[in-house]
Amino acid sequence: MIEIRFHGRGGQGTVVASKILADALAKEGNYVQAYPEFGVERRGAPVFAFIRIDNKPIYDKSRIYTPDHVVVVDPTLVEAIDVTDGLKDGGYIIINSPKKPEEFKFPDKFKVFTIDATDIAVRHQLGTLAAPIVNTAIVGAVAKILKLTKLESLIEAIKEGVPQKPEENVQAAIEAYEKA
Amino acid sequence: MKKVIMGNHALSYGAMLSRAQVIAAYPITPQTQVVELLSEMCANGTLDAKFIKVESEHSAMAACLGASMAGARTFTATSAQGLALMHEMLHWASGGRMPVVMGDINRAMAPGWSIWTDQIDSLSQRDTGWIQFYCSSNQEVLDTVIQAYKVSEKLMIPSMVILDAFALSHTYEVVEIPEQEKVDAYLPPFNPPYRLTPADPHAFGGLTSPDHYMELRYKLQKDMEKVPALVEETGREYEKMFGRYLGQVDDYLCDGAELVFVTSGTAGLTARVVVDELRAQGVKAGNLRIKLFRPFPFEQVRSILSRVPKVAVLDRNISYGHHGVFYQEVKSAMYGLPSEPAIFGFIAGLGGRDITRETYKEIADYALKHDRPEEEIVWIGVKK
Repeated sequence: MIEIRFHGRGGQGTVVASKILADALAKEGNYVQAYPEFGVERRGAPVFAFIRIDNKPIYDKSRIYTPDHVVVVDPTLVEAIDVTDGLKDGGYIIINSPKKPEEFKFPDKFKVFTIDATDIAVRHQLGTLAAPIVNTAIVGAVAKILKLTKLESLIEAIKEGVPQKPEENVQAAIEAYEKA
Repeated sequence: MKKVIMGNHALSYGAMLSRAQVIAAYPITPQTQVVELLSEMCANGTLDAKFIKVESEHSAMAACLGASMAGARTFTATSAQGLALMHEMLHWASGGRMPVVMGDINRAMAPGWSIWTDQIDSLSQRDTGWIQFYCSSNQEVLDTVIQAYKVSEKLMIPSMVILDAFALSHTYEVVEIPEQEKVDAYLPPFNPPYRLTPADPHAFGGLTSPDHYMELRYKLQKDMEKVPALVEETGREYEKMFGRYLGQVDDYLCDGAELVFVTSGTAGLTARVVVDELRAQGVKAGNLRIKLFRPFPFEQVRSILSRVPKVAVLDRNISYGHHGVFYQEVKSAMYGLPSEPAIFGFIAGLGGRDITRETYKEIADYALKHDRPEEEIVWIGVKK
């Protein structure tokens, strides 16, 4: 079983990111469980989304406290909260950032990977410069780094799962997948 | 077709595949996405049904009753305070023998205001004469809606299909969506023996003198008693057609166990993981998840638990001044049997506090260390 926690801010599509990943994983025959933070969301406030992945039915319905990996959709959260809370040793911290991984001060027991999803999203005209929709780019990178799904499954899931601009979203995911 | 959907939408798909004809709902909190998707299906023609937007949950149930009397298959969904507001109409549904099927998202009752899960909302409606199914996965939610119509319409008793807030309602899982033709073959159209029609006028629910009232209640109870066997039969039929058995309870390794958890809802699946972990440590544990709560599945519960020395009942609810409701029910089911087990009552997870594998380990520790319960209620994870 793999457990992943997504950190974002309300309005960035963090929950949609976990849903698209779940769709892509399900297409490849995996069992998945994806859920948002249980509660009320506010635009701009820190939000969480979670995903469990297994090759057999998932019976644990409790929340995820010790994720294998974390994904940080909004880099400002690295300063605001402890994104490594409960993260297992050896886990990836995948951050949407133009910085190099070594510029982040995380303990050595974690693996840091950065992808400039904001830049990718803006170039593919997803959202605006002030509020880019980075989730499909992020998911592209996550799927590749964590070896979760094939690109084809992800493309299919994005086409079915995004409310607008399916082609631009697909291109953003492909670019991130290939860069990662 | 496999689809990743949330629990709310599992209810919607269940109602759609059952070809609900009238859906009445109050669209504001504590409503969820259940009726949002159904209203879209009605608008775009996916579902040929009349969607009635009403001004309260009381009216939502009243609209369902009127439609049901006229011979329509009806559906609604609600939660917590909304279900409480329906209370009067719930008696009308069962007393009037209207086989409405309703989804209830188990949310804690306010105050303090809460949108998180526990079971007090639906268990407060225990004595209204509704069949109650507590589900633990989105697949089970969808399948159970279809089965519920079959059971309800055969016996003319309404059903509540119940799922935990967030832990199912907003959680996405892979769900097999059955083919419409197969569901049609399983669930024929609703054809009630009596219906409200100007062509053949009758009064429904009129004044009933003491000469007749008691017989109506006797008949309702007698038909309630037929539900477990019918759930078994329709659950087996569902298994034959769709490959998934829909039973009254889910027995996981109870045979020969030294300690059995009695559970319900999503917590009843987490318990399975703990059973595996305990068994790996040499503790012979089992899990009896109760899915059909009303009518209570006496026969199955008795036959499974009478072979077990210790039973730990987990309640995500409380009947103030008494015990957890499942604890009361299990004790009453086991009373007077020659091999009555030691039955322990635990309360955890109220108002959405998480029920984790650790919760069950505390429960197992207590039950294994004590011959009999030392306290009337053992609270787990409460800050005293």
